[in-house]
Amino acid sequence: MKALAARVVAFGVVIGIVQITFVSQFPIAGGTADLAPLAVMSIGLLCGGLVGASFGFGLGLFLDVSLLQTLGVTSLILVGVGWFAGRVRDSAADTEEALVPLLAGAAATVTMSVAYSIIQFLLDVSAPVSGVLLRQLLATLILNTLLALPVHAIARRWLSKSLPQEPKRRRRQPTSAALSPLQQGLRAQGTRRTSLS
Amino acid sequence: MYDSKTVRRRRVVLGLLVACSLILLTASFGGDGGAVGSVQRGFSEVLNPVQEGASRALKPIRDLFGWFGDTLSAKGKLADVTAERDRLRKEVLRYQDAQSENQLLRKQLNLNQSLGLDQYRPIGARVFAQSSTVWYATVKIDKGSSNGLRAGMPVIDEDGLVGTVSQTTSSAAVVTLITDHTSGVSARTTTGRVPGVVKPSSAGNPGSLLLALTGAGRIQPGDRVVTRGTIESRYPSLFPEGLPIGQVTAVEDPGSDTQEVRVRPFADLRRLEDVQVLTNVRGDGS
Repeated sequence: MKALAARVVAFGVVIGIVQITFVSQFPIAGGTADLAPLAVMSIGLLCGGLVGASFGFGLGLFLDVSLLQTLGVTSLILVGVGWFAGRVRDSAADTEEALVPLLAGAAATVTMSVAYSIIQFLLDVSAPVSGVLLRQLLATLILNTLLALPVHAIARRWLSKSLPQEPKRRRRQPTSAALSPLQQGLRAQGTRRTSLS
Repeated sequence: MYDSKTVRRRRVVLGLLVACSLILLTASFGGDGGAVGSVQRGFSEVLNPVQEGASRALKPIRDLFGWFGDTLSAKGKLADVTAERDRLRKEVLRYQDAQSENQLLRKQLNLNQSLGLDQYRPIGARVFAQSSTVWYATVKIDKGSSNGLRAGMPVIDEDGLVGTVSQTTSSAAVVTLITDHTSGVSARTTTGRVPGVVKPSSAGNPGSLLLALTGAGRIQPGDRVVTRGTIESRYPSLFPEGLPIGQVTAVEDPGSDTQEVRVRPFADLRRLEDVQVLTNVRGDGS
């Protein structure tokens, strides 16, 4: 458990530093990627909602402290993102399927963008809004969707040795319990004929 | 799947995390954040060297990606730049005449008001972090209060005005760019000397500013916009006069009440590397 915690913390610090010193300074198509929601989503999917939410809180705090922004805003949103990813893990049949991190990454980015905008307006930020902002948010969404799988793959690889082995979900075996007595009789007859011939 | 005790424990932790976030938000919102702000600046101080080192280590990769981006962008800008060069050539001839006349007049009036920046004691700094959200147009530089930086000092790069220092720690400072929603710069055009205030045009738009006119005059696309400087000595401006800000790209509804003057900043605010902080704008030696 301690090894997992250490690896999760190291992952968060690296993601935070790479985000503010590299990814944020590298615009593509008018927008920049945001690794924070993707990283939190991946941790939530791999380790569950509790670890995801805690990781989101820590990463949000790290970003707000580093950039001397209003504390708590990013943390609050990323706690929600981490928890949401954990719920996806609990309810999805197979989180290893490529589509799950992809869709969860896109959803995490949309949640982050919308929630951040709402909180900024609640905090009385008087920034004028135009189509450029929407274009930037759209560019961020597309970039993040493209990066969701690589970030998830890196997170899974980094944490794979420390993750507790989950018992494989049992696939439900077909049983005869659902068959009517008539169907059961026909099946039994079919089996007998096959064995006689 | 989980027993009720585990579910309850998870909900309690989630509630605690949300409560902590809200408490932090309330405590640090507005002003300098008081005690929480001091703690935040302290932690930031510890993190600065790590971020700075990472920024230096990642610079070659950033430059490589930047080179691809610049090449594509340069191709697109070639026609515009060629037209601009032709226009500037004509302007240079006019200005050379005006300059020689100006020098003569200056000598006559015994004025020695050069706009050389040395008098403002510029301090060179490097940008090592940038805000990752479109709502804050801020960057972090590797010089702080120990180098004489204070909040309110103007920041420029080789192209023009970048912003102002908004917060400082001993080894780093946060620069609020002119495209941030809190920014407003008293400015004027160079041709008609039409006064106005340069504001961001919209959140998250580093390539466009608005010039809200405060006086009458005619403005045309291509006009250059510079800082206006101090007009009234009782209310000194943060910016010295004549710092280049940008160029007028469009004038919508000219002459009407709803007139909008769009300005493209000279500085590339998305890719800031080296900047200069003017530490002695008022020339008072402080």
